[in-house]
Amino acid sequence: MSIELAMRVEDKLFNNRYLVDTGRPHIKVRPHAKPSPQLLSMLKACPARCYELNEQGQVEATVDGCIECGTCRVVCEESGDIEWSYPRGGYGVLFKFG
Amino acid sequence: MIEEKFDAIVVGAGMAGNAAALTLAEGGMKVLQLERGEYSGSKNVQGAILYADMLEKLVPNFREDAPLERHLVEQRFWMMDDRSHTGLHYRSEDFNEDRPNRYTIIRAQFDKWFSQKVREAGATVLCETTVTDLAQDSHGKVIGVRTDRRDGEIHADIVVLAEGVNGMLGTRAGLRERPKAEKVALAVKEMHFLPREIIEARFNLKSDEGVVIEAVGTISRGMTGMGFIYANKECISLGIGCLVADFQRTGETPYGLLDRFKRHPSVAPLIEGSEVKEYSAHLIPEGGFKAIPQLYGDGWVVIGDAAQLNNTIHREGSNLAMTSGRIAAEAILQIKSRNQPMIPQYLALYKKMLDDSFVIKDLRKYKDMPALMHTRSQNFFLTYPQLVSKAMQNFLRVDGTPKIEKEKLTLRSFTSARSRRGLFGDAFRLVRAWR
Repeated sequence: MSIELAMRVEDKLFNNRYLVDTGRPHIKVRPHAKPSPQLLSMLKACPARCYELNEQGQVEATVDGCIECGTCRVVCEESGDIEWSYPRGGYGVLFKFG
Repeated sequence: MIEEKFDAIVVGAGMAGNAAALTLAEGGMKVLQLERGEYSGSKNVQGAILYADMLEKLVPNFREDAPLERHLVEQRFWMMDDRSHTGLHYRSEDFNEDRPNRYTIIRAQFDKWFSQKVREAGATVLCETTVTDLAQDSHGKVIGVRTDRRDGEIHADIVVLAEGVNGMLGTRAGLRERPKAEKVALAVKEMHFLPREIIEARFNLKSDEGVVIEAVGTISRGMTGMGFIYANKECISLGIGCLVADFQRTGETPYGLLDRFKRHPSVAPLIEGSEVKEYSAHLIPEGGFKAIPQLYGDGWVVIGDAAQLNNTIHREGSNLAMTSGRIAAEAILQIKSRNQPMIPQYLALYKKMLDDSFVIKDLRKYKDMPALMHTRSQNFFLTYPQLVSKAMQNFLRVDGTPKIEKEKLTLRSFTSARSRRGLFGDAFRLVRAWR
């Protein structure tokens, strides 16, 4: 089920246009041993499925497909779990329709 | 560094920013507008409905060349359970008027057009530039912005923050709070493309007529939220949004909700065979009147979504954004014309003018609605739609049961689900919050 959903989100994101700022992710997850409840909630709440658990049970973010909604910022920035900024000018998602 | 100093810097090129930049430039101010996207609109997401009146005040003849999709002749409200919808439709030939009242639009295309008007009015529009910080003097007065361009500090008498719901600058500078998970909704949307004849046949439309469907019920799985379907010329905007705090609480996924909404038997036939060309997501300010931050300060004003100006009940956001942008600009122009400095004492004029407009009057009217909807989401978004559906089916299905028994059954299903006291309580609270 989760694999099927992951495929579907990737398919959705595949329709979008991006200019990826390679090596300069605009969201950084603070290194942690055990993820906070806020970070864990992003595994499901992120609409682009940017957040996933690694083999050590830590939350990692891959922001290439990010649609810059800001949900993770609202949920995780205050507790210091993530650092959030907008991509550099011109980079990131480029909506054709919006 | 851009050496010259501007009269005003507008951060953001959405509805609010464009309205402000246009009005300021037309008023003769030297305006710089900064936008982080490749072009105005490339980062902007909305349903989207355009309200003609608010745009007419800015661009009176916009119908001549603005990229409009369809003018709305019909509105449908659907209350859904898993297999049915109970609908209220309003359709009127009156909406086929010379100057239609509401249109569907595609934001990326519309904003490009709007931005062109801003440039024609004389503003300098600089895209692909992310503003990273507000520049403040030693007294905390905002004197400009810093950008991600080299030596990118630029100065102005006034900075207009039109940075949207997820604005960073105001919060980083401590001028307003970061949006809270209980006070913003996350909406996801897909653009479904179909030949226009098919859209017109499916939605019962001729030429440029349009339809909006707004839906609540089991589609949001008990969360505070709403689905929407808008008919454009050659595509359908389809999406669903719920409070971020509800997503956290339930562990539902936004794309899971969207997929279930698409598969609902009332929705699936409308988009059958379509090609999806874009998937987007956006936050929507839902806190209403009580969430509005301080709107002005030393050298700055905030407008649009960044100021939480969104009317959840009427689903109006862009018109509040445009209007607040225009009003802020008009206030700034008045202050400038009197050669007064851009300090709180004089910028209070913006708040006064906004208070006198429909923007704040409407938001004040519904000041208690967000709390009501958010604390009773199970009742309003799950229990009632299911009960209504059950009642409708009971009413319509002819099976030899005497009508008096059917009525008793329906009443019993309501009272057992919510109790008489609960029903009256909800009705009372709803009426009180609506007034």
